[in-house]
Amino acid sequence: MNLTNYLVLSGILFSIGSATVLLRRNAIIVFMGIELMLNATNLMLVTFSRMHGALDGQVLAFFVMVVAAAEVVVGLAIIVSIYRTRRSASVDDVNLLKS
Amino acid sequence: MHTLMTWAASAPTMLPISEISSGAQPVRGGIYAVAPLLVGLPLASAAILLLAGRRSDRWGHWLGVLASTGAFVVGLLTFLAILGRDASERVLDVHLGTWIDAGAFHLDAGMRLDPLSLTFVLLVTFVGTLIHVYSVAYMDHDRDRRRFFAYLNLFVAAMLVLVLADSYLLLFVGWEGVGLASYLLIGFWNHRTPYAVAAKKAFVANRIGDIGLVVALGLMFSTFGGVDFSTVLGADMSGVSTATLTGIGLMLLLAACGKSAQFPLQSWLGDAMAGPTPVSALIHAATMVTAGVYLIVRSSAIFDAAPTAQLVVVVVGAITLLFGAIVGCAKDDIKKALAASTMSQIGYMVLAAGLGPVGYAFAIFHLVTHGFFKAGMFLGAGSVMHGMDDQVDMRRFGGLARYMKITYLTFMAGWLAILGIPPFSGYWSKDKIIEAAFIPTDGHTWRAWVFGMVALLGAGITAFYMSRLFFMTFEGEKRWSTKADGSAQHPHESPALMTWPMIILAVGSVALGAFLGLGNRFVDWLAPVTGSHEEGDPVLAAPVLVGLTLLVVVVGAVIAWRRYAISTVPVTPPVGTALTRAARVDLYQDVVNDALLVEPGQHLTRTLVYADKAVVDGAAVGVGQSSVGLGRLLRKTQTGFVRSYAATMLLGLVVLVVAVLVTQS
Repeated sequence: MNLTNYLVLSGILFSIGSATVLLRRNAIIVFMGIELMLNATNLMLVTFSRMHGALDGQVLAFFVMVVAAAEVVVGLAIIVSIYRTRRSASVDDVNLLKS
Repeated sequence: MHTLMTWAASAPTMLPISEISSGAQPVRGGIYAVAPLLVGLPLASAAILLLAGRRSDRWGHWLGVLASTGAFVVGLLTFLAILGRDASERVLDVHLGTWIDAGAFHLDAGMRLDPLSLTFVLLVTFVGTLIHVYSVAYMDHDRDRRRFFAYLNLFVAAMLVLVLADSYLLLFVGWEGVGLASYLLIGFWNHRTPYAVAAKKAFVANRIGDIGLVVALGLMFSTFGGVDFSTVLGADMSGVSTATLTGIGLMLLLAACGKSAQFPLQSWLGDAMAGPTPVSALIHAATMVTAGVYLIVRSSAIFDAAPTAQLVVVVVGAITLLFGAIVGCAKDDIKKALAASTMSQIGYMVLAAGLGPVGYAFAIFHLVTHGFFKAGMFLGAGSVMHGMDDQVDMRRFGGLARYMKITYLTFMAGWLAILGIPPFSGYWSKDKIIEAAFIPTDGHTWRAWVFGMVALLGAGITAFYMSRLFFMTFEGEKRWSTKADGSAQHPHESPALMTWPMIILAVGSVALGAFLGLGNRFVDWLAPVTGSHEEGDPVLAAPVLVGLTLLVVVVGAVIAWRRYAISTVPVTPPVGTALTRAARVDLYQDVVNDALLVEPGQHLTRTLVYADKAVVDGAAVGVGQSSVGLGRLLRKTQTGFVRSYAATMLLGLVVLVVAVLVTQS
């Protein structure tokens, strides 16, 4: 099986994820886009690990998963907190931090 | 840097022997131990009067008189002690302690007691004391009389530091001290703006001269390695380049010009008459303005080795003596006429000092006699003003001889003295200067003719303007104005406290010249300082010169008598010739100064202020403002929208990756 297909899939997933982050307003959806990008990266890491016959990429993929899990915890907590105070999950409503 | 100022505190008791220096002998003990009191007494009195303030109002003036008298007594005792010594042992150094000890520069503070400095000490303290007494009555109605006496005492102390110093640096301290006292006293009535401006003018003109002294100090230190008289004046001048000596001489002359109101720094003296009249008598006639002559005579060793500088000194003296005389002819303000006369007479002294060894003694001789008769005439002018409700316009005087007999007679003594009528004081000193001017130096006969004729002409003009002043004030018909409150003038003689100083000074104007001049007493007395010299022959025989001078003087006086005593003097000044009009405004000296110095200076400062604002401040403020502007521009990218931040990050990442790929391939 041609490993290049995995890389193409990974690129497609990453593009979908980044498009989701940039285009959607709902914080949960944006979050999902980020997860998609992370997992696309994981897929690529594992693929390259396979191509080069080294385990570095797979180890790094584990790290990414751990970081992603931690990030989900913190991120969801923030989103829930914002939703409770402002009754909105739109990222465009959270724009106080500007000049 | 290690500076000691112990000498002032411990001076009277601690008198270690100084190093043996050329000519000057170290002394200790005896009368010389109390010599520092000369400076100490008036200085202490000034400090007490200034610090005690209004509490000393009732007795302050008498303390001032006492301090000045005390200084005179000490001066007289010192003088007698020196007089008792052999002529060759009359130059003494009283060592007072280390003043400055900074590496290569070591300077002791001390007092130089010699015939020259003691002549000044006696003149300053004696005339000073008389003027102190006079001021007690003259300033009677002034609520600040105590402060006046504090300043007078400060002046006496500073003047004594100036003449007693044994180094140029200590002399400089006194030099600045008298400048300060002069400033304070000219502006004594500083609530009147013109008076305050006059004080400032005198101060600034003096500062210009002081730069000369500072530069001379630097040149001396670099040339001789020291600034005390023993090092500088005792040095072997043949080993020093003439250019350096000329430079030092010219810088000293600049200093003398500032202090002595010589051309071209003379413009302040006329305005200095804003001060109370006793101040004009003491500071701006008898003592401080003659400090320049003292400086030149004291530095005779330098000037003798620099003929060019000497020539410039003579030229400056000659110009000033004519300048002052011409201005004096046109002034109607009695004090300003006397001020112009002072300027002219100091011109004579400077001229004599520039003639070299042949003239030094006569310069100081004329300085002493002038100190008496001019101070006497200023006090007379003060007495006239006192009796005439502070009127100073001579066109408003006239016929005062009958009303103020003592003032009239004492003024007459001064008048005859300044004219140089034998046997009055001025004859013995001024005629000698004119004679000395006619003696060729270094075989330059033309110089003798030029400077001799200038001095002779000056004597004639002097006779004219002084007679004019005398006749306009005391002779002719009454031209009195009414008083400030509209009532009629009642001129009256001044109280005894004012007349007695005038009488004593008049006695000096009559007899001092003969006393000092007969048998060459004064010249021999000064010989240890000025050196003895063989006198050359003037280009005209001496009796011819005496006769010629007398003739010129009588002609000048007669012209004045015809115009101002027997004919009517108009109350308002006539338009006059172009020269008269020019002389009334001091020959346009203020205009010239304004056009040449003041206005370019103001333009320069304005340009500099503008440049400072536009360029220096502009650069500093510009940098700050452009940062602010850039920040304001960049702030617009901070929208607060998370997604736009994310887009920026992605874009940056793509650019980074592309860049890496491009550079690596």
